[in-house]
Amino acid sequence: MKQAFIPAAAQLEFRDPTRVAALRQRLQALTADLDESITVMHVCGSHEQAIARFGLRSLFPPNLHVIMGPGCPVCVTDMPEVDEAVYLAQQGVTVVTFGDMFRVPGTVKSLAEAKAEGADVRIIYSPWEVVQIAHKQEGEVVFFATGFETTAVATAALVLAGPPKNLSILSSHKYIPPIMEIVAEMPHTEIQGFLAAGHAATITGWKIFERFVARHGIPVVIAGFEPLDILSALVQLVEIIRRGEQRVANAYPRCVEPEGNRNAQRALWKVFEPFSGVWRGIAYVPNGNLRLRPQYAWVDARERFDIRVSELLAGASPRLTQECICGNIMAGIATPRDCNLYGKECTPETPVGACMVSSEGTCKIWYEYGGHVVS
Amino acid sequence: MSDINQPWTCPVPSLRHKTVLLGHGSGGKLMHQLIDTVFRPLLLPAELPVLNDAATLEIGDSRVAITTDAFVVSPLVFPGGDIGQLAVNGTINDLAVSGARPLCLSAAFILEEGLPMDALWSLVASMRQTAEAAGVPIVTGDTKVVNRGSADQLFITTTGLGVVDYAGVLSVDAAQPGDVVILNGAIAAHGVAVLLAREDMEFAHPVLSDTAALHTLVAEMLDASPHIRCMRDATRGGLASALNEIAESSHVGITLYEERIPIQDEVRGACEILGLDPLHVANEGKLVAVVARDDAEKVLARMREHPLGRDAAIIGEVSEDARHLVLLRTEIGGLRVVGMLSGEQLPRIC
Repeated sequence: MKQAFIPAAAQLEFRDPTRVAALRQRLQALTADLDESITVMHVCGSHEQAIARFGLRSLFPPNLHVIMGPGCPVCVTDMPEVDEAVYLAQQGVTVVTFGDMFRVPGTVKSLAEAKAEGADVRIIYSPWEVVQIAHKQEGEVVFFATGFETTAVATAALVLAGPPKNLSILSSHKYIPPIMEIVAEMPHTEIQGFLAAGHAATITGWKIFERFVARHGIPVVIAGFEPLDILSALVQLVEIIRRGEQRVANAYPRCVEPEGNRNAQRALWKVFEPFSGVWRGIAYVPNGNLRLRPQYAWVDARERFDIRVSELLAGASPRLTQECICGNIMAGIATPRDCNLYGKECTPETPVGACMVSSEGTCKIWYEYGGHVVS
Repeated sequence: MSDINQPWTCPVPSLRHKTVLLGHGSGGKLMHQLIDTVFRPLLLPAELPVLNDAATLEIGDSRVAITTDAFVVSPLVFPGGDIGQLAVNGTINDLAVSGARPLCLSAAFILEEGLPMDALWSLVASMRQTAEAAGVPIVTGDTKVVNRGSADQLFITTTGLGVVDYAGVLSVDAAQPGDVVILNGAIAAHGVAVLLAREDMEFAHPVLSDTAALHTLVAEMLDASPHIRCMRDATRGGLASALNEIAESSHVGITLYEERIPIQDEVRGACEILGLDPLHVANEGKLVAVVARDDAEKVLARMREHPLGRDAAIIGEVSEDARHLVLLRTEIGGLRVVGMLSGEQLPRIC
């Protein structure tokens, strides 16, 4: 398949060092006279990736705290969901998933370990590869589908296109807006503003956040993923906070429209329905999960297979640790530095929590890009 | 209702690796752990201070270097090269960056029952051609065949023998504050080429592997300066892992400047799309050298006269740093740490 090639020049426009320096100065001017610091949260692993990869945090004023919320879909996929995928893989079913899911620890083992023991687990970049894999073999293929509404749309399109008979979906898709409500309502929250993820907003539109702002009085700015996108969104957010306004601003207008992508929304809600469930390490999130609607039961792995996770757990002795504070980190009330395990027992080689596994997990990003040293 | 007043803990089992994982072959941290916990204590002499790409032995009046490398790349043929070229060039490069002049190679083949004879013929012919072009003959070998399914088509192991004529001593622990870091050309092409071939993705301009034998380039460099401290070929784990090994072994810090690190537009674009950090992506014809600052321009000028060093650049400098960090001044002026690759990025890349 031919992939469109993004010309580097288009990206470089949004990485212009001179404009970066100007926005940095503006941010410093906006925060220089403040007695107290400002804390804002983004809810997207891609934002943290960009902040870390470009070394943006080293450019933020010291009294502007930009923290990462529960924006890593891999990290919030609950352990019993991983267990379901591991169980199926051990039954001889081909389990296909995104690379980051591969090493996330389940109660007894990860998919990577199941593979090392002989199970057929494959890593894909795009849901369409799942269809190719299913076409190439007779045996059952299960797509362990994780990700927020951005990825769920692609899964929905796959379902609507009429997948091969031997393919079914194990949905662990999650929906972002409900978790923002929870974070905003947390008793000790210091969040004064949110950066919303530009790609998710491309689908949902930015107006969806108006209700949130009205309810909680916390402003939201939609941000893209290039350094200038993030810096200009932060400038807007700090300006709005300083003026005491409660509104939504769109700092990613080249992609995000008020109503979003209606076709994508239609596909999403035709195939999926929200239901309530646990996000790993965080909380029970009302309407935070996405499951296949009953009319798509024929492609639902949970309907097709008798998934007896208890068999997987029988005889195994999971050594649970209560020291991992992934939950607090994802809720923005702690940083990896506050964790006793971070960088010692918990490293990307020997992850204790999911946040240390995924390339969108706060702990992994801090570890790889030195959030622990340069921040 | 959400139980948001409870302390949030993330209940997960603490893991130890009971079996070998793909990541143990990544060239990153997991592989170093495997070497440090299994191979080094069991197989290597305790007094061996650091692990270089080749071992150097005193035999009579000569200093002899020996190295070995196994090749399991999939697919066997990829844009810009094949497993035969890698097997010759990779081992020559391990000798070269150790300061040795390669003399000869041996080759061992593990063949899977059912491998088409035509494919074997063309890959071995490619090895021969590569070895002839490099002027390093293959002088002995071994062949084993295993049952269908016990190996994937073809694995090759090559061992290389060389002599060290260099007056100085190249060692991964010899970098000093004030030295500079030189790279011979654009990074990350090999890893991206293999990945795109494997995933059946194509760009308008194809990305070709950079596989090349670096020994003649290294000979020029060593001739230009007796003050080259160490060299590494930046294979699995990429530039980041090679430089972290140097920083850690030499007890120094290294600062890189992103805009000085050469990378082709196609490779950069592919890395963006695939979410790869080019600093972690494998190369098969790239070396980094730490050189005394006063000799840097001299070395650089000689490198640029060589076809494999035309894009050579000074990409960073060595400093005192008790934390032994590799830092990157990013293209937008930010600062971040460049870690060693962790976990598996692309299994069977070479």
